[in-house]
Amino acid sequence: MEILNQWAFIGMFFLLAPILPAVPILLAAVISPKKPNAIKQATYECGVETVGDTWVQFKVQYYLYGLIFLIFDVEMVFLFPWALAYKQLDFFAFLAGLLFIFLLSDALVYAWRKKVLEWV
Amino acid sequence: MNFGEGLTPEAFAFGLFTILTLGGALGVVTSLNLVRAAIWLMLTLFGIAGYFVLLSAPFLASVQVLVYIGAIGILFSFAVMLTRGMTNLKERFNDQWWLAGLAALTAFVLLMVGVIVPAFGNSGAPVSDQVTTTVDLGVALVSGNQYVLPFEVASLLLTAAMIGAIVIAREDD
Amino acid sequence: MQCDNIINTLAPCLVQSGWNGDLANFASIFLGVIILATFPLLVTIVLIWFERKFAARIQDRLGPNRVGPFGLLQPFADVIKLLGKEDITPAGADKLIYNIAPVMMVMSVLLIWAVVPLSPIHVGMDLEIGALYIISVASFGTLSVIFASWSSNNKYALLGAFRVVAQLISYEVPLALSLLIPVMLAGSMSLVDITQAQAGMWFIFVAPLSAILFFISSQAETGRAPFDLLEAESELVAGFNIEYSGMKFALFFAGEFMHVFTNGVLMAVLFAGGYIGFGGLENSIPLLGIVFLFLKASVFYMLSLLIRNAIPRVRIDQLMNFNWKFLVPVSIVNVVMMAFLLKVVQALGIAPTPELANDFVANIPQTLVLFAGNVVLGLLVMNTVSSRIRKERLQESANRAIVPMGAGD
Repeated sequence: MEILNQWAFIGMFFLLAPILPAVPILLAAVISPKKPNAIKQATYECGVETVGDTWVQFKVQYYLYGLIFLIFDVEMVFLFPWALAYKQLDFFAFLAGLLFIFLLSDALVYAWRKKVLEWV
Repeated sequence: MNFGEGLTPEAFAFGLFTILTLGGALGVVTSLNLVRAAIWLMLTLFGIAGYFVLLSAPFLASVQVLVYIGAIGILFSFAVMLTRGMTNLKERFNDQWWLAGLAALTAFVLLMVGVIVPAFGNSGAPVSDQVTTTVDLGVALVSGNQYVLPFEVASLLLTAAMIGAIVIAREDD
Repeated sequence: MQCDNIINTLAPCLVQSGWNGDLANFASIFLGVIILATFPLLVTIVLIWFERKFAARIQDRLGPNRVGPFGLLQPFADVIKLLGKEDITPAGADKLIYNIAPVMMVMSVLLIWAVVPLSPIHVGMDLEIGALYIISVASFGTLSVIFASWSSNNKYALLGAFRVVAQLISYEVPLALSLLIPVMLAGSMSLVDITQAQAGMWFIFVAPLSAILFFISSQAETGRAPFDLLEAESELVAGFNIEYSGMKFALFFAGEFMHVFTNGVLMAVLFAGGYIGFGGLENSIPLLGIVFLFLKASVFYMLSLLIRNAIPRVRIDQLMNFNWKFLVPVSIVNVVMMAFLLKVVQALGIAPTPELANDFVANIPQTLVLFAGNVVLGLLVMNTVSSRIRKERLQESANRAIVPMGAGD
């Protein structure tokens, strides 16, 4: 199968590509000195001792950016086959794509006006 | 590469992806640390992308990695990491877990018997005759007599999703 | 002997020398992967030296010049030093994820090289969906940032990482939208086909606005100045890789340098014709294709180095506003405009026919129309932005003019 041959290469790449950066790390683990002590391993906080668990206050802004990115990601995924076949199609394809993009930019304009895109 | 009469490279790859998917799914449901669970979930989704490759749908495999692992996986990680106390779940939240397990098992058995067993053994033929390559997919998406209406409805759906999410998530001022 | 990828080149040779057919296949895949994956790492070593020298000269100093002639052996000295550093894992860190994160970051860059066409007959693997594969693999880098920050068990790392991830995911949108244009122009997502389609006219002349958008987005994706909040050492106490030391930290940095060069290569392949040189030279001497590709990639790489050393950093809210309120709308309008003009060109009949697609002269009318469209859009955008800024500035000075009237008593 031709496609399996193609992707066998990529699969092998996925297996071997982590190994190549791992080699210097393992080499360093072998060569470097090992003298652990509690102060060296303390969490860094500009010289002050840490208090409490590690958690960050939930700012909904991060989540909203992720959501808007997700919607645009799916839109891009739909647009790729459209762009791929675009040259062989007629003018109707342009109108269909225009409508699709228009509806989604509508959502972007909504987000813009509702001040969701601000980084507070 | 033939190690025996059944073990073709496709079968070997299929087994590998099965281990990835099922192992990842097992890790998701049994992990006590929610961040680890999110990472197992990404492994599961990666296994599913492998299945798409085996089914000669490389476009869908790429889409799976791009959308599921690259966007939804990151959203899950945000949600889990920004919520306090999710790293070491010790209490059991549900006392009737055996009932839930029984219901899930029944549903699974019904699914297996009703859907998979009748179709067992039919393999090889592609599901669709018209759409076999990505270019065909592109043509099908905008052809007047094929899938252009679902294409536009999908964009409406995405718009509705975004507006809904914004309405729910933003602070009311 | 067929020679379009390493499997076709090496496997028949091995089979002829007596190996089993499938084993020869497997060995040639293995060798191909090793070669393709090691090559960027070697290039990175040169890049480290080049970047430091370049930045030094711009800042009116000498840069590394002690170790070896012109400091050429400086990266080796750096690597040897970093190998000997102690590996300090912070207390409470999630050991497995802590170690995976730098490996994943470098891996996400190395995976891109599998589909880059190096010359007319050398390519790792000509994937049918090359362009989409590149964006999918880049999302692994974003994941590695999350892994790195979470496993460090450090508030500041987490805080820095969220900002970085917000930046990385935001700039993926204009990146992919501007990637649609070469796909549309070439009619294929495979990078080899995109390069071949530029035999008539490079896409940077046909769609300059898309090239600019892709360049800006890819700069932001790697965390290069002016978008370098990732390495804002003076601000968020070094950000998400604060708890990393020694070789792992070096891998993060090396990964970033490699990523910038890979972006230069991608710009060259997608917009500047890849391995295509002058007068079809690379068809007779394929190795020249590699030379041409790297020349073009170096031009883009040096452009990014220049920008990095000359322009100050932007704030996080300026960053986000720039993306969602400028880049994304402009790229959307760009896609629509290019699609429209392509149809117009087809209707007018000045599009080059498939037989003449490789001819320079036959491509000129279409190029002129599309280039004019790009220029018009660019001017419109600049006009809109400048009029907005002028309005804001007038408003600001009007606000400021009111206050001193009453003060001073």
